[in-house]
Amino acid sequence: MLSAERIPNNVDLSGNKRLQRALEHWQPKYLQWWRDMGPQGFQDYHQVYVRTAISVDPKGWAHFEYVKLPEYRWGIFLADPVQDRRIGFGDFHGQPVWQEVPGEFRNQLRRLVVTQGDTEPASVEQQRWLGQRCPSLYDLRNLFQVNVEEGRHLWAMVYLLHSHFGRDGRDEAEELLERQSGNRDKPRILEAFNEPIENWLDFFMFTMFTDRDGKSQLMSLSESSLDPLARTTRFMLTEEAHHMFVGETGVARILERTCELMKASGFAEDVRKLGGIDLPTIQKHINLWVSLSLDLHGGEVSTNAASYFANGLKGRAQEDRYEDHTVSDTYYRLETVEDGRVLAKEVPMRTAMNEVLRDWYVKDCQGGITRWNRILERHGISDRLRLPDRKFNRGIGQFRGLHFDPYGQPLSPEEWQRRKHEWLPSPADKAYLLSIQNEPVYEPGKFANYIAPPRRGINGLPINFEYVRTEM
Amino acid sequence: MAATATSDTRPVDFETHPGRYRHWKLSFDGPVATLSMDVQEDAGLSSDYKLKLNSYDLGVDIELADALQRIRFEHPEVHAVVVTSLKERIFCAGANIFMLRSSSHGWKVNFCKFTNETRLAIEDASEHSGLKFLAALNGICAGGGYELALACDEIVLVDDGNSAVSLPETPLLGVLPGTGGLTRVVDKRMVRRDLADVFGTVAEGVKGKRAVEWRLVDAVVPRSQFDEAVATRAAALAAMSDRPATGPGIALGPLEPSVSDAAIAYSTVTLGIDREKRVATLTIRGPEEAVPATPEAIQQAGDRFWPLRAFRELDDALLRLRVNEPEIGTVLVRTEGDAARVLEADRVLAAHQDHWLVREIVHHIKRTLKRMDLTARSFFALVEPGSCFAGTLFELALAADRAYMLDDPDRPNQIALSPMNAGPYPMSNGLTRLAIRFLAEPLRVEAVLAHDGSFDAQEAAEAGLVSFAPDELDWDDEVRLAIESRATFSPDALTGMEANLRFAGPETMETKIFGRLTAWQNWIFQRPNAVGEKGALTSYGSPNRPEFDWKRT
Repeated sequence: MLSAERIPNNVDLSGNKRLQRALEHWQPKYLQWWRDMGPQGFQDYHQVYVRTAISVDPKGWAHFEYVKLPEYRWGIFLADPVQDRRIGFGDFHGQPVWQEVPGEFRNQLRRLVVTQGDTEPASVEQQRWLGQRCPSLYDLRNLFQVNVEEGRHLWAMVYLLHSHFGRDGRDEAEELLERQSGNRDKPRILEAFNEPIENWLDFFMFTMFTDRDGKSQLMSLSESSLDPLARTTRFMLTEEAHHMFVGETGVARILERTCELMKASGFAEDVRKLGGIDLPTIQKHINLWVSLSLDLHGGEVSTNAASYFANGLKGRAQEDRYEDHTVSDTYYRLETVEDGRVLAKEVPMRTAMNEVLRDWYVKDCQGGITRWNRILERHGISDRLRLPDRKFNRGIGQFRGLHFDPYGQPLSPEEWQRRKHEWLPSPADKAYLLSIQNEPVYEPGKFANYIAPPRRGINGLPINFEYVRTEM
Repeated sequence: MAATATSDTRPVDFETHPGRYRHWKLSFDGPVATLSMDVQEDAGLSSDYKLKLNSYDLGVDIELADALQRIRFEHPEVHAVVVTSLKERIFCAGANIFMLRSSSHGWKVNFCKFTNETRLAIEDASEHSGLKFLAALNGICAGGGYELALACDEIVLVDDGNSAVSLPETPLLGVLPGTGGLTRVVDKRMVRRDLADVFGTVAEGVKGKRAVEWRLVDAVVPRSQFDEAVATRAAALAAMSDRPATGPGIALGPLEPSVSDAAIAYSTVTLGIDREKRVATLTIRGPEEAVPATPEAIQQAGDRFWPLRAFRELDDALLRLRVNEPEIGTVLVRTEGDAARVLEADRVLAAHQDHWLVREIVHHIKRTLKRMDLTARSFFALVEPGSCFAGTLFELALAADRAYMLDDPDRPNQIALSPMNAGPYPMSNGLTRLAIRFLAEPLRVEAVLAHDGSFDAQEAAEAGLVSFAPDELDWDDEVRLAIESRATFSPDALTGMEANLRFAGPETMETKIFGRLTAWQNWIFQRPNAVGEKGALTSYGSPNRPEFDWKRT
């Protein structure tokens, strides 16, 4: 019943009885979940021009076709094995990697896989209403491409749970479909995944910044001593890159349009009067999504992170760029707050692994901000976008409950309350964004007023190609 | 490898025979046997200490345990046992202090555990086998010596103005009388707690009339009348017995396991050892042929009768595991054979429990299972096709910390209960393992016992008789992961956790000995006030006074 045709894979699904039986049980539940919680209004009568991974070689993972979303062929892929791969960090550095889960680390690994896996369906749930407000068919197709791939990433994590974690793993795989974003009784594990994504600026910011957290998590997991986890996440990274492309170019196209509108109005008019999205609103959304995504990296000082590193379960992004792979007696200089004063403190490097990954993340984000600022520069506009200070608006870690402005200056609670909507989207900002996104744009080649068309279409096709079509 | 008392690392052999005893004399006079302690100073398990003044080490106690077993099985005509000493004016000075001082922690713990089990076996014989014990204290009786006396039904102390009973551990050594002494003084002899408090802090002990008044002994008798008084009391105790008037008993032959680095193999039991993984596999094979059905035929079969043979071998394997294999943390319990034959043996045992030999066999099985309960290793029962976890052998799965049962539709795999699960093998708290398992649902005990026929894996899991029933696809991985993860936890924490989880339900004197007295003793044994450089146990016999850390918790 489960054929390689229906479920493209390179994990010998047809020869793996255990996996087959587990998936036979899980797949119908997954499809029901997709119908209930996936893109609303685009399940039965629309065909979407999407890319389907059918193998891991460069040609195979970029196979394009029109499909109805529930008929998408979600597959299971591991990146090609690395010959004689050795553990790259931690206390077992240099030993052969594990093909099976060691009993000692089963619970920790399961936790890592479940936490990662939980974010994948969560984002599909958060984004399920966006199709009703899309700025173009091109963008609608990109949304669905992101959605089906998040679905596939869920499959990837479920594959690990089914193959390596026994009965508990199967139970966890089902619970991944039972928790729901925003559900009060059964919420998603990470808080950032329980807020709905209501407008397209939020969607582009999410794919730019929150999916980039996904990227840094996947990069650290792709270093794992558990080889199947490393190989699964390595392949997921190729897809994650596209999601960030959607986010970065989406914001870039809004900026492009904002600059055009600013110029057209002689820099005098409020861009909003022309139906565009003004730069302060864009900056507020950067502040919001960067701070939420910084939280996703976890506390600055974490014994869990230290233990993951020591045990070789989760490493640093691009571990091979470091010289010291055990870091058992080095220290990290961490910005901390004591008695309301910010000062630097040395903490054992292993306990600071979340912060090390956050450093990598901030640097990666800064690249995107720099590219956006080039658009402003090209249009002769002197304003610049920037990343907020990492102490700003934090809900997790040592800065939680404290208040800082986006430049890192401490604020009193009263001042924060009074001024927070200078830096974060206000209810009025949200209402405005919804007001300009009320009418979806479903005509091929047409784009909403607040966003510029892309430079080129998908897979060499023209921009006015019918990327989502109604079934005849 | 073995955590022996000293530098001597020979594995301990728990088998012996009266012909080889060096420390005890066993003599018979009609219905009364006399077990006389005569410890050979130079014949300790290690040459690092001398067993002066009838002090004892594990080797002395192994002989005592053997003598008790032989009286029970080989001499049904014995109805009372006099425990006394052949040394002038000395009954017993207790456990040897120099042995204790030079022992590893693990050795001390296992030594105390074994001596406790042996004392409890005396009380078990008295309560269940009609074998009464008289402690004839012909001289000083200190510490472990008095604890041995406390295990007997009656204590007669010579009244010579000098001989006293004492528990001097606290004042002299900074430890406890850990072989049930404190427990039995108040729980069994019901000495008032304030008097017991005084008794437990006076090193020279209590003698004469006061010893009787305080209920520490039953009688004091002048030296000239001592032998006669002992004989009279022994005869009176013997008269209470329901044991047969005459023999013969059955001979307990040597077990003769073949011992290699990788396994200890008996005729029905094999203990396989994987040192790298720190895992042992304990396999018990069921009867290979039809079991004898009548007491006469059982007597004929003697020590070859399967239930006796299997549980003697299991008992020996557990003892060797404890003392000689300290680094083996997890024991996989397996069975092999025909469940129908095990159930047939159970029917025979259940039908003839009033026969002296069958009774002895059942109680021996009970004690061996208790030995398993008290073994500080993780036990995982693996119920696989070809196994025979039925009735008595299912007690092994109930005694295990977890049971995994393979659920493979192509390979039938079943467990079964028998009347032997319903009462004959209580744990130390007096409840059956089934009752403890379903403490919250007593009706479920009835239900599973009333179940018609055997249980397949799903039924067993549903009934709560096994922990998990993985199918053939999951089995290898689930079992591997359970074993691997078990091997990573702190052995101390596991010991503590298991000891806390295994004994749900009420307290008895027995559970207090292991759960309270022993646990405190094992704490004290780790503390500097006992074993530190200036601790009391370390300083004993040296010119230096102990120095204590005065903080109390």
